[in-house]
Amino acid sequence: MDISFTDEEAAALAIIAEMIIPASDDYDLPGANDDRIFADILNTGARQYEPVAAALAALDAVCNDLGDQPFADLSVAARADAVTAFRHRHVEAAGVLATITTQCYYRDDRVMRALDMETRPPFPLGFDVDEGDWSLLEPVRASGPIYRETS
Amino acid sequence: MTVTVAGRGMTEQAIDVLIIGAGASGAAVAWSLAETKMKIVCLEQGGFMNPGEYPATGRDWEARASSDFSISPNTRQLAADYPIAEDGSAIKVANFNAVGGGTVLYAGHFPRFHPSDFRVKSLDGVADDWPLDYNDLAPHYAENDRMMGVAGLAGDPAYPSDNAERMPPLPLGKSGEVLARGFNKLGWHWWPSDTAIATQPHDGRDKCINLGACITGCAQGAKASTDITYWPHAQRAGVELRTHCRVREITVDESGLATGAIYYDGDGVEREVEAHVVIMACNGVGTPRILLNSKSAAHPDGLANSSGLVGRNLMFHPYASIQGIFEEELDGHRGPHKIFRSQQFYETDPADKTRDFVRGYTFEIQRGQGPVSTALTGLARGKIPWGAGHHAAFRKLHNRIAGMVAICEDLPEAHNRVTLDPDLKDGDGIPAPRISYTLSENSRRMMDHAVAKASEVLRAAGAIDIMTQAPITYGGWHLMGTARMGTDPGTSVVNEWGRSHDVKNLFVVDGSIFVTSAGVNPTRTIQALALYIADRMKQRLANLFD
Ligand SMILES: Cc1cc2nc3c(=O)[nH]c(=O)nc-3n(C[C@H](O)[C@H](O)[C@H](O)COP(=O)(O)OP(=O)(O)OC[C@H]3O[C@@H](n4cnc5c(N)ncnc54)[C@H](O)[C@@H]3O)c2cc1C
Ligand code: SF4
Repeated sequence: MDISFTDEEAAALAIIAEMIIPASDDYDLPGANDDRIFADILNTGARQYEPVAAALAALDAVCNDLGDQPFADLSVAARADAVTAFRHRHVEAAGVLATITTQCYYRDDRVMRALDMETRPPFPLGFDVDEGDWSLLEPVRASGPIYRETS
Repeated sequence: MTVTVAGRGMTEQAIDVLIIGAGASGAAVAWSLAETKMKIVCLEQGGFMNPGEYPATGRDWEARASSDFSISPNTRQLAADYPIAEDGSAIKVANFNAVGGGTVLYAGHFPRFHPSDFRVKSLDGVADDWPLDYNDLAPHYAENDRMMGVAGLAGDPAYPSDNAERMPPLPLGKSGEVLARGFNKLGWHWWPSDTAIATQPHDGRDKCINLGACITGCAQGAKASTDITYWPHAQRAGVELRTHCRVREITVDESGLATGAIYYDGDGVEREVEAHVVIMACNGVGTPRILLNSKSAAHPDGLANSSGLVGRNLMFHPYASIQGIFEEELDGHRGPHKIFRSQQFYETDPADKTRDFVRGYTFEIQRGQGPVSTALTGLARGKIPWGAGHHAAFRKLHNRIAGMVAICEDLPEAHNRVTLDPDLKDGDGIPAPRISYTLSENSRRMMDHAVAKASEVLRAAGAIDIMTQAPITYGGWHLMGTARMGTDPGTSVVNEWGRSHDVKNLFVVDGSIFVTSAGVNPTRTIQALALYIADRMKQRLANLFD
């Protein structure tokens, strides 16, 4: 069942998404907190609310341990410390947040184009793959049988 | 004879043969037996898949590999899935529950066993010999190859010449060329893989168009999953396939013979069906689960279990993943995952002092990954950081990963087993299977060897960096050994043609009956065995229960 994130959860998710994949001027790329990408993250996250919310709760718990403040209220420097501690203590939860961020980021049209990828699903057009040079098999053919006789 | 179908309040004609499970083996046995014109019904807990809804048809195709098309039933949690208690297992189960079974998701890597794989005890003094040999299966391998459609190339020096009809092999591509050069530099064996993927139109199916999404279902219909190979033929020949029907237990009479099964239909209504012959095809986990859950006065430890071996000797094939990072751009996710195989280290070789293990392994050479998998692999292996360095690091991996997995022969060990979990149940209240499995010292050594050798060949091919994982924890996609075949009722569950030693009208045709696992993917052999057993049944119809 889809469950919407609270405002606090959504705010924390946007910050952490941007900390995982920030915007880049060098590559002319949006960050994962870009409106369109983040809307996708929220939608996708709603379909797997429990693990994502649990990961955000674990992050908040780390922040409380460190300074008694929720993640979204921390300064930029304090967030970096909190995230380092979070990734160390909660490897799986950090993985959940990285996965959802990555899944939504690498299907955005702007990101795909920047990677020279077509903005379409694999089906129905498929892809071209070079046949390759089958003469490479010649030495293997020449080397003779390597299977074991059973009698 | 007429039988009551519980809950329906109606009668139906007696069923001659009840098959449970419509996956790789259930489909093959159903098709083969159809020519007898017996009344054959197959109960399958899943439904027919709609290829038009496979992930490759959408932009979220990679993401769905970790949700509704995950290889783990515990992640998918779809209505057709049953949970698996696997905390006590070093390797986690991968399966799919639908018409087609595991073949809906499989990669279609389709090697045969070697003749030596049936003679493990005689040749290497470990495990047991099979009660049949390669030549017994050869005609059934060929029959299965025709039905599934196999691409590849004849003449592999790692095998004796065979009788397979093959379509042209899958393309080598850039990734294949680069890696093949590495193998040639070291003088190691490699050969284009036999794959159950059509490279030209085959039996009404179209050819592969390199979607690169084989393990989330082939939207093109080029990959031979049994929902689109055997099943249409079996249904046309009169086999009735009842979907969304989950079997709870096999019923027996006072003498201990099987009388049919109790199952739940799609509405959760309990029903009972009677049959003269019952064939189990639920795979190496699903079959022991149902047999163990079929306790009766005649079979207090579960059905067909007088040897105590139902559920024991579970084999998975420990897998190691060894991926190279290359400077040049390769195929990335474009094209089927598997390109070629190497069996340089397959057969036991006492002269090779680098090997401190018995038996051997196959390298399955793989193309690259899509962008999501690339990013996640990079993040998990510390090759891509969180934050500012992400984009530059990602570009060093994007379309630049290629490598291999090593599929290691898993030897049978009685303590590796499937039992029933005392607490966990599926949606119909049927006890879930519990897996206890540890990696043997032999497997660990074999994986270490494979990682070292694969790294060597990747370096020879020009890899600038290497990422490894051994074992692949979520890589339990081959489920074998839990109702092994043999001639001695004390040391095996079914006889040399798949019939239970204890229950003369009960057969098992799935991966459970494997005596050993070989170092290759099992499905071509599972299906050849199912056809072999069907053939033996057809030859003995008049005295099947003698
Ligand atoms: C991701 C992945 C990749 C793979 N790649 C390869 C590969 O490249 N090459 C290869 O050879 N193999 C591969 N495999 C393995 C292959 O899928 C299996 O070996 C094969 O499907 C096993 O056949 P089977 O008949 O034993 O069981 P399955 O195909 O698993 O069929 C069992 C069927 O029984 C049904 N069932 C179970 N319990 C019940 C019940 N109680 N009532 C009713 N129905 C029930 C299930 O729903 C299922 O449909 C792969 C598997 C996965 C998951
Ligand atoms: S690569 Fe070929 S076999 Fe795999 S999904 Fe695409 S079309 Fe099907």
